[in-house]
Formats: sequence, structure tokens, C-alpha cells
Amino acid sequence: MTQTAPPPVQQPAALTKRPADAPAERSVRTLVSPLALARRRGKATYWSVFALVTVVFVLAFLFPVYWMVTGAMKPPEEVVRTPPTLVPEQWRVTGYTDAWDLMRLPTHLWNTVVQATGAWLLQIVFCTAAAYALSKLRPAFGTVILGGILATLMVPVQALVVPKYLTIADLPLIHVNLLNDPLAIWLPAVANAFNLYLLKRFFDQIPRDVLEAAEIDGAGKLRTLRSIVLPLSRPVLGVVSIFALVAVWQDFLWPLMVFSDTEKQPISVALVQLSQNVPLTVLIGAMVIASIPMVLMFLVFQRHIIAGISAGSTKG
Amino acid sequence: MKTTSRPAPPAVTRPSGATPPTRGARPAGRGPHGPLRRKIADQATAYAFLAGGLLCFILFSWYPAVRSVIIAFQKYTPGSDPQWVGTANFTRVFQDPEFTAAWRNTLTFTVLALVIGFAVPFVMALVLNELRHAKAFFRVVVYLPVMIPPVVSALLWKWFYDPGAGLANEVLGFLHLPTSNWTNGADTALVSLVIVATWANMGGTVLIYLAALQGIPGELYEAAELDGASLLQRIRHVTIPQTRFIILMLMLLQIIATMQVFTEPFVITGGGPENSTVTVLYLIYKYAFLYNDFGGASALSVLLLLVLSAFSALYLRLTRTD
Repeated sequence: MTQTAPPPVQQPAALTKRPADAPAERSVRTLVSPLALARRRGKATYWSVFALVTVVFVLAFLFPVYWMVTGAMKPPEEVVRTPPTLVPEQWRVTGYTDAWDLMRLPTHLWNTVVQATGAWLLQIVFCTAAAYALSKLRPAFGTVILGGILATLMVPVQALVVPKYLTIADLPLIHVNLLNDPLAIWLPAVANAFNLYLLKRFFDQIPRDVLEAAEIDGAGKLRTLRSIVLPLSRPVLGVVSIFALVAVWQDFLWPLMVFSDTEKQPISVALVQLSQNVPLTVLIGAMVIASIPMVLMFLVFQRHIIAGISAGSTKG
Repeated sequence: MKTTSRPAPPAVTRPSGATPPTRGARPAGRGPHGPLRRKIADQATAYAFLAGGLLCFILFSWYPAVRSVIIAFQKYTPGSDPQWVGTANFTRVFQDPEFTAAWRNTLTFTVLALVIGFAVPFVMALVLNELRHAKAFFRVVVYLPVMIPPVVSALLWKWFYDPGAGLANEVLGFLHLPTSNWTNGADTALVSLVIVATWANMGGTVLIYLAALQGIPGELYEAAELDGASLLQRIRHVTIPQTRFIILMLMLLQIIATMQVFTEPFVITGGGPENSTVTVLYLIYKYAFLYNDFGGASALSVLLLLVLSAFSALYLRLTRTD
């Protein structure tokens, strides 16, 4: 699946109000009572379950990553050998360096960066402005427009790829072809009802008095947005930014459609297009390199990302 | 959404008169036409802020939605003028043997993904919630595959399933279990893809279940235990009823997401063997980019849209908070 469905609408505040949750949780009673756990048998069961879960998790989720990272380091004949070697007999980095050069990863990584950054920037600028207008500026037909935007949540993105592709191939009225242009990723990314709604909900919570006070002090609408609303909205902007970046980086079908020019393709498309023609070790090296940016981002922002996902369900 | 029917915006009239004008350069509200001009200016500002976002929605959401329905009834090949053909696209698509296969595969995939993709994360969340140590570690690890690009996950599993260099059969052999054809067998290919999808996406589900489990009041378990309920009975009568709403929500989301499956079949099996993994979205892609038949692709899209929108409507109805 190229996209995960949006998590249930979350209260924006929940993200900030959720600190490291260790101490609070420990006192909460769960399925198994603390008393049963304190007994000798309970302890034994607990630790064996704990060990089992650890082993299963490491094997199921960490081992494939290890297998990829080391697979790229094996010589070509070792990686296809049966039975496979758990640890490479010779450690070499040619898998990675060949992938970097042969598959022209710098080009494709750069394309992905350009596409993701542009989509993120445009989404932040236009979605924030639109959400601010809908939340605070009371445009005529504002509720109708918001309704129309929310209605698009009902329309699954993938089911519309064909007419969207035709729109990109020939923009109505101005007849411009945006195929093979980063704008083909950037512009449709702005039409993200979920992120816009998140922002609007957050802006709704900002008291009108604060904005009016700024206005009386002589601040224009843009100034109010920039100096009052945006600084207050840092948490929700963080969530939207992560969603926007991840969505572009992980997408496959849409860039596959709009970038037929190999030079312009993002890494996800290039990987698949080139996967047939390169040695396995090289392909694996490229797979690892393609994963690094997202995994790094996850490791850096994991608390926020995990809190954001968990917050989705707390309303019950 | 909430429609708090507010009266006319107070901001329109307030700054006129004695209060200092909002922008020094342009005194607002002078003479009888002041408030009106002010109102127009306010609307202009509001729409200036809306413009960019609105334009993108018009171009890339609303217009394509309408257009897909129109093209579904046209003979449409890029470069030539579209012609109205009535329901010809639909009849042609219906007669395609791949059509039945695609829908059957998509539905099977969805059902399998529900069975596997629901049960496995739920049990995982249930067990994780009982653990008192290394919680952060488990949470990070289970979410790691979600952050690996789907294309990489697909290629990774393609390699695992490989009859020669793959790990999957090695593991089965090591455990003295019969090996499988995986993606090379018409009867096992779809299940193999479900396994990939579950592995790659389960992190999010587990985390949402975990949060839901933490919301269950401990007293309920205590009371049940006092009444002599066993572990399984506590799950059956406390845990599941308490998380029913979230379970339903995630099921619906999963149906909507899995029915749009494309990356795994495209990357791993290419629809084969014997059409056993062609999905609806894959078929749409084929009609558009292999057959250059955008009318047929749109007819298929409309059908998919109808089915998915029904689920989406149900989802939005259930989650509507205000």
C-alpha cells in the first residue's frame, strides 16, 4: 500500500500533553493483576513471556533489517548461497558503493528530496493559510468550502489517480503539461483534506480575543498569522510536517505514473525500475540507502510520531 | 463539522468611528459606505488566504472526481478528442476475464488482511500492554517496518520468497516444515502478499490498539477477577467490549486501505502467476498505461470509488464527533 489511511481524527493538544508516559502507566492495572505478577509463578511466567516477545520482535522486525544491511556486504556468490551465512564471511562495502554509482542513487535521492521538500513547503504555506482563513477570517461560503474539503476525505486517493494524471498532463484552461515536473507532486499534495482539517481544528482553539488584540495593535492578517498563530501551532505543524514528508517519501503509484523520465524519478520508482538489471547485492545496497532517511527521521522524532499515532485513539 | 451560526462578524463594524483604524494608512469606515467597503476588503483578504489551497482542491480533488465519472462514459485516448460511448467502457471492462480475477483477488486480499492483519496486531498489543519493561523499545521496533519505504519492504520480501536465494524456505526447512512456492504458486501468491502487507503496516495498528488498551479502567478487570473470571474471560468480557469502537474503526480503515493495494503485487508478482494477484488498482493502471484506454480505466475507477466511498461514508459517520 502506498499510503496508510489517516489515523482517526486526533485532538491536536494530545500530542503536547503526552510526556514520556512511563510513571503514569506503571500504576494502571491491566489484564493481569499486579498481585498475580508478584507471585513466584507469576514472575516466572512474566519473564518467559517477556523473553519470548523480545525474541519474536527481534526476529520479525529487526532481523530483516540486519539481513538487508549485511546482505549488501556479502560478495554476490555468497548472498545467493544455500544455506545462507548469518554473518558475511567477507565484509565489503562494494554493494553500497556500486548501488550509489550504478543505480545513480544521488540523482534519485535528490529528486525525492526536492519532491518531498516542495510538497511539504507548499502544504505548510497553502494549507495553513487556507485553514487560517476558514477558521478565523469567515469567508463567505466558508462552511460550504470546508464541507467540500472534508467530503474529499471520503474519496480514496488511489481511486482518482487516472483523472488526476490527465489533469496533470494537461492543466485545464492554461493547458500546461506538468508530467516529469516536481510540480506534479507538489500541487496535488496541497489538496490534503486531512492535514488541512488538523490545522483548522487547532486554529479553532486559539481564542479570537488574542487575534483581535493583535489586530487592534495594528497587525494585518498575515502578520497575525505569522507572529501569533504559527508560533502557537508548533505541535500541530510538526505533525503535519511529518505526515507530509513521509507521505511523499513512501508514495509509489503516483510518482510511477507522472515520472516516465528516468532522470526525474524518485528513489522508490527508480528502485523498482532498475531492480531487474542489477546484481542482488547492489539492489540490496540501494534498498538500505533508500530506507535510511525515513528510518533516521523516525529514530529522531520517534516520541512525537508514536505519540501522534497513539493519540488518535485516546478519544475512544 | 460544527456550524455555530454566528451573527454578522463584529469585526466589521467595531473598528469604525472612534477606535483607532486597524491600518494606519487606510482609515476604515469613513462615510456611509465604510462598513460595506470594509466587508468587501475582509472577504478579499479571506479569499486571498484561501486561494492557493482552494485552487489545488478544485484541480486535484473535485475536478478529477467529476471527470472520472465523465471519462468513464467516453472513449478517451490522450491526443484525440473524447467521444461519448455510453456504457461501452463498462461492458468492455466487465467482459475482461481479468476483471473478475481482479475483484476476486482484491476481496480475498482484503478479507485475508483483515483476518491476519487484525488478529496478529491485536494479540501483540494485548501482550505488549502486560509487559512492564522495555516498552519504548517494543514500540519503536514494531513501528520500524512502517517507516521503511513500501517499495523496499516489497523488494525485501520478494528476496525472502525467492526459491533460490530466499530466506523463507530456509527457515521452514530449518524448522522441519514443508517448504512453499510462495509467490510462484497461484494458490499461495496472494497469501504471501498479505503477509508482506501485514508485516509492513502492522506497527500503526499495534500502537493504536495499545493506546486503546491503556484507556480501559483497571477497576473493570479487578471486578471481573473478583467474580472469578479467568484470563480469557476477562479478554472476552472486558477487553474486547471496551475496545470495540477502535476495533471497528481500524477494521474499516483497513478495508479501505487494503482494497487499494498496488505496490506489493506490482513489485513482487507483477500480477501473476495466472492473474492470481492482479488487483483492481493494478488493473486500472494496466488499462491506463498498458492499453492506453483511459475510458476503461475510468470505468474501473468509478466502480472502485463507489465501493470504497461506501466504506468511507460509514467510517466518517462513526467517527463524527461533533
